[in-house]
Amino acid sequence: MQSIADNVGGAISYASLARKNRSKDIAIASLGIFVLFIAIATLLALFIDLAITGYPRLADPEFYTSFPSRKPLQAGILSAWVGTIMVMVVTACLSVPLGVAAGLYLEEYASKNWFTDLIEINVSNLAGVPSIVYGLLALGLFIYTFGMSETVLVAGMVLALLILPIIIVSTRESIRSIPSELREAAYGLGATQWQTMALYIVPAAKPGIITGAIVGLSRAIGETAPIITIGALSFIAFLPESPISSDAPFINFGWLTSPFTVMPIQMFSWLSRPQADFHISAAAAGVVLIVMTLMMNALAIYIRYRARSR
Amino acid sequence: MKKTFAIGALLAGGVLSQAAFAVDTVQIDGSSTVFPVSEAMAEEFQSAQKGKIRVTVGVSGTGGGFKKFCRGETDITGASRPISPEELALCKENGVQPIELPVAMDALTVVIHPDNTWAEMLTVDELKTMWEPEAQGKITNWNQIRSDFPDRPLNLYGAGTDSGTYDYFTTAVVGKEHSSRGDFTASEDDNVLVMGVSGDVNALGFFGLAYYEENKDKLDAVAIKWKDNEPVMPSFETAGDSSYQPLTRPLYYYASKASIEEKDYVAKFTQFLLDEENKELVKEVGYVPLSSKVYEAANEVLEKREVGTAYQGAEVGVDVAETLSRTKHY
Repeated sequence: MQSIADNVGGAISYASLARKNRSKDIAIASLGIFVLFIAIATLLALFIDLAITGYPRLADPEFYTSFPSRKPLQAGILSAWVGTIMVMVVTACLSVPLGVAAGLYLEEYASKNWFTDLIEINVSNLAGVPSIVYGLLALGLFIYTFGMSETVLVAGMVLALLILPIIIVSTRESIRSIPSELREAAYGLGATQWQTMALYIVPAAKPGIITGAIVGLSRAIGETAPIITIGALSFIAFLPESPISSDAPFINFGWLTSPFTVMPIQMFSWLSRPQADFHISAAAAGVVLIVMTLMMNALAIYIRYRARSR
Repeated sequence: MKKTFAIGALLAGGVLSQAAFAVDTVQIDGSSTVFPVSEAMAEEFQSAQKGKIRVTVGVSGTGGGFKKFCRGETDITGASRPISPEELALCKENGVQPIELPVAMDALTVVIHPDNTWAEMLTVDELKTMWEPEAQGKITNWNQIRSDFPDRPLNLYGAGTDSGTYDYFTTAVVGKEHSSRGDFTASEDDNVLVMGVSGDVNALGFFGLAYYEENKDKLDAVAIKWKDNEPVMPSFETAGDSSYQPLTRPLYYYASKASIEEKDYVAKFTQFLLDEENKELVKEVGYVPLSSKVYEAANEVLEKREVGTAYQGAEVGVDVAETLSRTKHY
C-alpha cells in the first residue's frame, strides 16, 4: 500500500514537473522576445529620431554633392562619403586576401603544436582589442616610424589591421564547419592538397568567409577613434584624385596618398557646433552612415544566398 | 579569389609608384574652438583662388596642434591659449619659428538657468569661491556664495580639463592655470553643457559666447564684476572693446615662418586670415572680430616676421593690441 501511494505521488510530481518545465519554456521564450523587442525598438527609435531630425537636409540633393561649409544649410557630405568609400576599398583589398589566406593556413596547413596554439589564442584576443589601441599602434608605427602621412592608404591600413582578426576567425570557423567527408573524398580520388583546397574547401566555405568579411567591414565603416588618432582632417573641400583617368594607364593611385575625412568625423564635427542647423546636418549624416552599413549587410546576405543556392 | 589578388597586386604597384601630382595645400590643425574660423576662412579662400590652392583643417586640440606644428608637420595651428614655454622649446628644438597672430576674440560666458533670479551678477571672487580646488565637497549650496542667495544646491558645469577653455577659465578665475575643484560636470562638448544648465535651475556653467548666443532662449548670462569695475554683461560689443574682463580671451593662429617664406601659397593664406575685409567671416561663425587697431598691429607683426610669443606665462585680461607691440621672445 505504501509503495502504491508513493508511486501515485511520484506520478503526480512528474506531471507537475512537466508542467513546471513547460511554463519555464514559455517564460524563457517570452523573456527572449521581450529582450529582442527592446533591442529592435531602441535601434528603430534611434533611427527614426535621426531620420526625422535630419529630414530637411536628407531631402536636399545638394547635401550629397556639396563640401562642408560654414553655412549650415549649404554644408554637405561629399568629401565625407567619398572618403569613407575610398578608405573602405583600401581596407577590403588589404584585409580580405590577408585574412582569408591566414585563416586557410592556420586551419589547413599549419601543424598543430604549441606555437600555432599561441598564434590562435592571440588572434582571438586581438579581435577583442579596443580600436583606439590600433589607432595608437598605427600612429607609432606608420606615421612616426615609417614617416607616412595621414592619407587614405594609412587609414585603410589601420582599419584593415583592426578587422583582420575578425576575418581570420570567421574564415577558420567556416572551413571547420565543412564536413570532413568532403575533404576525405577529394583526397581519396587522388587530389593534391592544393586541388582539394582550391576546388572543394574554399568554394564550400565561401558564404561563411564572405559574411565574415562583410561583418568586419561593417565594423570598420563606423570606426572613428583609430582614424582620429592618426590625424584625419575635419575640413576638406576637395576630392581625392579620380582613380580612373582618361589617359594611359587609365588607373592612377594618387587618391591613395590624398588627405581625407570620413563620415563619423564629419558628424562629430557638426555635432559640436553651436548652431542648431549643424545638428540637423549631423543627424542626416548619421542616417546616411546607417544606410551605408545596412546596404553592406544586405549585400552580404545577398551574396550568401546566391552562393548557397548554387 | 583571382580577382582579389589582381586588385591587391595593382594596389601594391600603385603604392610603390606614388603619383606626385601635388596641388599646393595649406595645412592647418589645432584648437577645436578656432576650427569654425579656420573652416570659414579656408572655404572662402579656396573659392577665391578657384581651387588653385587647397586648404585642409584638422582638429587635434590646442595642445595636439602645437605638437604637430612644432614638428613641422603643419603650416599653421589654431590655439585658444598662448603657446606654452614647453611647446616653444619643442618648436625651437625642431627649428620651427612660430609667428603669433590673433584671429578673433571670444568671451567665456558664465550661464545660469532662466528661472535663476538671484545670481544675475557675480564677482570674480565669488566665482573663485565656487571653482577653486578647496571648494571641492565644501561649497555645495548657493547661500555659501553670498548670504542673501537662497538655500539651494549648487550644481556646476564646465569645459573638460583637456581644453584650452578650461585652462583659460581657471587662470582667470582661480588664478592658477589648470587648477579647480574636480566635482563638477565636465564635457568637451559644449552642447552637453548647454543641455545640462538649461535643464537645472540650480546650475551654473561656462562656455564660449557663441554657444550662449545660439541658446539665449534657454539660458541667461551672468554679468561679471572684476576688481572695482562695474559689472559687465558678455556680448559682442563688450568682448570687442575688451571691457568684459577677465573672461575675454583672444584666439590665436601660429604660423610657421619657414612655411610663409618658402611657400607663397601659405603666405597668401596668412594674409587672407589677417585681411580686415574678412572679419565678417569671424562674426558669422559666432566670434568677435578684432578691432582695426589690432588688425593693423597683427599685419605689422606678420610683415616683420616677428618670431615667438609676447606672453610670459598665462596672463588674463590683456589688451591684444598691447601684446602685439611687445618684444617677442623665442
